[in-house]
Amino acid sequence: MNADFTAEELAFESEVREFLGAEFPSEYRDKVDANIRLSKDELVNWQKILYRKGWAAPNWPQEYGGTGWSATEKYIFATEMGLIGAPEPVPFGMKMVAPVLMAYGSDEQKRRFLPDILESNVWWCQGYSEPNAGSDLASLKMSAVRDGDDYIVNGTKTWNTYGQYADWIFCLVRTDNSVKKQEGISFLLIDMHSAGVSLKPIYLLDGYPEVNEIFFDEVRVPANNLIGEENKGWTYAKVLLTHERTNISGVPRGKRRLRALKRIASDTDDGFGGNMMENSTFKNKLAETEIELQALEYVELRTLAALSVGKAPGPESSILKIVGTELAQKMDELFVELAAYNCLPFLPEQFEDGFQGNPIGPGTAASSALVYFNNRKLSIFGGSNEIQRNIISKAVLGL
Amino acid sequence: MDFSYTQEQKMLQESVQKFVQKSYDFETRNKIMASERGYSEENWQLFAELGWLTVAFSEADGGFGASAVDLILMMDEFGKAMLVEPFVPTTVLGGGLISALGSAEQRAEFIPKIMEGGLQLACAYAEANSRYNLSSVTTTARVNGDSVTIDGLKIAVLNGSNANKLLVVARESGARTDREGISVFMVDADAPGVSIQAYTNIDGKMSAQVSFEAVKVAVAARLGAAGRAIGALETVIDRATVAVSAEAAGALEAMLQKTVEYSKVRKQFGTAIGTFQALQHRMVDMFIECQLARSIVIRAAMKLDSADDEIEKARAVSAAKSRVGKAIRTVSQEAVQIHGGIGMTDEMDVGHLFKCVTALAMMFGDTDYHTARFAAL
Repeated sequence: MNADFTAEELAFESEVREFLGAEFPSEYRDKVDANIRLSKDELVNWQKILYRKGWAAPNWPQEYGGTGWSATEKYIFATEMGLIGAPEPVPFGMKMVAPVLMAYGSDEQKRRFLPDILESNVWWCQGYSEPNAGSDLASLKMSAVRDGDDYIVNGTKTWNTYGQYADWIFCLVRTDNSVKKQEGISFLLIDMHSAGVSLKPIYLLDGYPEVNEIFFDEVRVPANNLIGEENKGWTYAKVLLTHERTNISGVPRGKRRLRALKRIASDTDDGFGGNMMENSTFKNKLAETEIELQALEYVELRTLAALSVGKAPGPESSILKIVGTELAQKMDELFVELAAYNCLPFLPEQFEDGFQGNPIGPGTAASSALVYFNNRKLSIFGGSNEIQRNIISKAVLGL
Repeated sequence: MDFSYTQEQKMLQESVQKFVQKSYDFETRNKIMASERGYSEENWQLFAELGWLTVAFSEADGGFGASAVDLILMMDEFGKAMLVEPFVPTTVLGGGLISALGSAEQRAEFIPKIMEGGLQLACAYAEANSRYNLSSVTTTARVNGDSVTIDGLKIAVLNGSNANKLLVVARESGARTDREGISVFMVDADAPGVSIQAYTNIDGKMSAQVSFEAVKVAVAARLGAAGRAIGALETVIDRATVAVSAEAAGALEAMLQKTVEYSKVRKQFGTAIGTFQALQHRMVDMFIECQLARSIVIRAAMKLDSADDEIEKARAVSAAKSRVGKAIRTVSQEAVQIHGGIGMTDEMDVGHLFKCVTALAMMFGDTDYHTARFAAL
């Protein structure tokens, strides 16, 4: 048993590290370090830098412009990206709709959509959840009724992350009410610029409208935007959800944040003449976090080892989702604890691009409560952690 | 043994409950927060009429009796309604310091004005490097004849932007964390050299960062003896600590209640999510946490009202804040989680309660600080 990389893998690691060090724009890196959100243009620009290198889509097969990397190489790439703070591609196009297109789309649809996703010319968003269909996704109601060469779509989608940027949305829609709920669902691609589509921002606790509610009122959608067969959408959607759960452990990002915690703790006065790194209670909490990260990393590596000998990703990804998100939230608490009174001011604008005012508090301190609030989403979205526990309970423990 | 409220306390509680239920719903609160001062002056005058502003003061000062049990009973209701009016900074902190340190003349001049609703106060004690240690003070006060010059920067000054007078904790002598040498001065908020940067806290209350540059006050603006304020400051902050612990206990109970209600109406998989045992047990744990929090806050208030020993009082306060901080984590995070996405939105009150208790968790010291203080006392 060994957990070492081969010489080739080590060489690849150096290559990735060197590339990211040189090409991830330093102003983006500064923003990420300062807890300032990257703009749409910046995210797209970064994605295009990766595209020009040929690294935009590590998870895609080579025939569509993917990298052809092994599972270990993908892991190395994701790790180096996380360690440097480079944002992963916005997942909705690259990691969600693209695999479905590849598996179930027509050749015409693949030609029409995949190149623009690879080049980040088109921004996608996800149309799954509805106000009354969250964890119980299959109870969704948005309807698509066939009318000649079109579907007429009516209904509401919600929690659409970055819907305000989106050109296209992939939706689960109901095309048959007369059958079991999972069997009447279809997978439909909708142009966000179509007549009858409107969007309402949802402000979250950190004061930012990261998600939206999207309303569809008699929207006419060409029937050739249907993926695969009518009423087979649920099967396609399940494939997508497995993809959503890869790379979710966030171990590299966790390591990076742990480094930040240690640095901030050393710079934070304990009020008694020492610093917070010398506070044994706080130091123990950092140690517990580091230990948890190590355990999680090895769960991930063992999953990876199984993948590289050809086993399919199983319900283990649910462990990564549960532990990864809860550990990230634990770290949010530690940032808040360190910031103390400095995280009380509610100043979302201080962490927006181009803030010109007089900042309050040192460094990122005033953003730590905002991050703590925002990251409560981690255990709710992408299949809530309760749903993940149901999956393990059913699929692993056989309960 | 008797844990029941007196007739007077019941009347006070009913009066507060009636107000928050009738005049302080979520939307009203949002409007108040968006207003220029960030609290309602109309409400403040009503509080004065109802006698609420007298609760923190002793009968000798013309108040209701300065009972900590009276105080927590009000704060509990304020917490449930997420009240943003500056009750703690003006009456408990500012009023508390005047009452504890002020001369007979100073008390007679200011306390009636506070109780009448005509004076807003803020206590400027925390500094960029003090964390929760009250004796860590670098703001200086230099006496020259009859005049004192104050220099320094204070952070997290609750009600700082609306206060008429600031109670400034400053050092007249000694090293940064010495207990000796600390005094409290009453400074006009509009005095030359005072600059106030106002902001809203995550819990919707107004706060400020205040800098003092060569601010001149008369020696007569000092409360109490030169350099001897730390004991009174600790006593006053301890009382405020119990007040915010009660506020948090009330807010947590509101979160529990809203979560249970939501779980009965939110349907997924064809049934109310409250029928899932996995969620039921978690709500039971929230309930248990609420009971522990409430109980230890009552214990602290009773000790403040009846214990003779100062150490015993201080330990009771730290025990309460430490335990309430722990309950805040569990109950508030579970409340958001069980609500799901809707619990994270600005539109729902549960999310605002989450933000309120997050702020209260660190106010006057977090769980780790108070656990360590409890152990050291």
